[in-house]
Amino acid sequence: MKSKTIRRWSAIHTWTSLICTVFLLMLALTGLPLIFHHEIDHLLGDAAELKEMPADTPRLNLQQLVQAAEKHRPGEVMQYFGFEDDEPNGAVAIMAPTAGTEPNSSHTFMLDARTGEAVEMPSANGGLMMVMLRLHVDMFAGLPGKLLLAFMGILFVLAIVSGTVLYLPFMRRLKFATVRRDKSTRLRWLDLHNLIGVVTLTWCLVVGVTGVISACADLLIAAWRNDSLSTMIAPYRDAPPLTQLAPATRLLEIASEVAPGMQADFIAFPGTRFSSEHHYAVFMKGSTHLTSHLLTPVLIDASTLQVTAVAERPWYMDAMGMSQPLHFGDYGGMPMKILWATLDVLTIIVLGSGVYLWVVRRRAQKPAFETAESPA
Amino acid sequence: MKPRKANFWKVFETPAIIALFTAAGLFSALLGDGVWDALSWLGLGIPAVLALRGLLQRR
Repeated sequence: MKSKTIRRWSAIHTWTSLICTVFLLMLALTGLPLIFHHEIDHLLGDAAELKEMPADTPRLNLQQLVQAAEKHRPGEVMQYFGFEDDEPNGAVAIMAPTAGTEPNSSHTFMLDARTGEAVEMPSANGGLMMVMLRLHVDMFAGLPGKLLLAFMGILFVLAIVSGTVLYLPFMRRLKFATVRRDKSTRLRWLDLHNLIGVVTLTWCLVVGVTGVISACADLLIAAWRNDSLSTMIAPYRDAPPLTQLAPATRLLEIASEVAPGMQADFIAFPGTRFSSEHHYAVFMKGSTHLTSHLLTPVLIDASTLQVTAVAERPWYMDAMGMSQPLHFGDYGGMPMKILWATLDVLTIIVLGSGVYLWVVRRRAQKPAFETAESPA
Repeated sequence: MKPRKANFWKVFETPAIIALFTAAGLFSALLGDGVWDALSWLGLGIPAVLALRGLLQRR
């Protein structure tokens, strides 16, 4: 590699990393507790705990659950019902003053599917972990915050790519994993920056790219609404608004009939951003490990309960679905979470050492003997 | 450009193998539980251990 080329790549590496470092540090620090949010919520008593009851206790039907939810929060309407694998006896209810209310102003709680009793989920509505989540997702700044973080994610990916290119001239004369401890603190951290950077490369790229995709979720959902949803519901464009909804009782059975072998992940009530003004949308997930992250919406007319359409999944909604586990690290048990946290801390060390190397390098003002090896 | 190419693989051989293990680890746990999970722990464990070894090693 010519020295001019090296200088160019090192300029890219320096500036892409410097700009995104503060944000990436914030993301890595807030992401750390989020890896264990499930465990932390339970520890803090912020998660919903349902009563022990005999396994064969009969369950209420969906419409009875809707009524229980409406009784629990009078004056509000149902937005979503969600179903969780680890709490088969509960249904997560999300309610708000209107169906179209934005997600951060909604109220989330759990309904015991056997008794209709409402159990609060404080972690879903506020508290420390919610602060972490909001900082991590949008820095309390809504869509502009998400897009800013997405841009920082792109810079992070560029920093990783340029860092990998620079790895070659740096390591040409060194054996893999060499850490020179006896020369200077700067050299030791340069070697560590290179070593940790190159071994965590793939993980950082995957978490970075899936983070960018997740940060663009609002745009992807809007695209899906314009794209597939609007053609499916075109016949309803001039239909008068619904004054009364048909009962939700059989929604899951109706959806299962047209999407055999799939399971319900959540139900979007009419008027939310995952449905139309005139439809219930039951989002069905595949039954294998891999396809359980891919959702197929079944649109059910909210006055006749006829199936309007089984929507096809555009590729970007699949990309969004697959991005979630790959970003959260929640799909391989506790050992994976611990590894995820370790790699997260290692990333913090790479970010920190990068800043350190830049500061030291600037202070040194390019002594001649160092120029070949310290563009960082 | 033979010497240059040799140089490239000399530097990137080990990192490339680690990258393959990491990628396999990230993917395998998506496919199932049990053995698939264990494979992912191996794949993600390799970079974590190598980085920690470099970090914690005394002279």
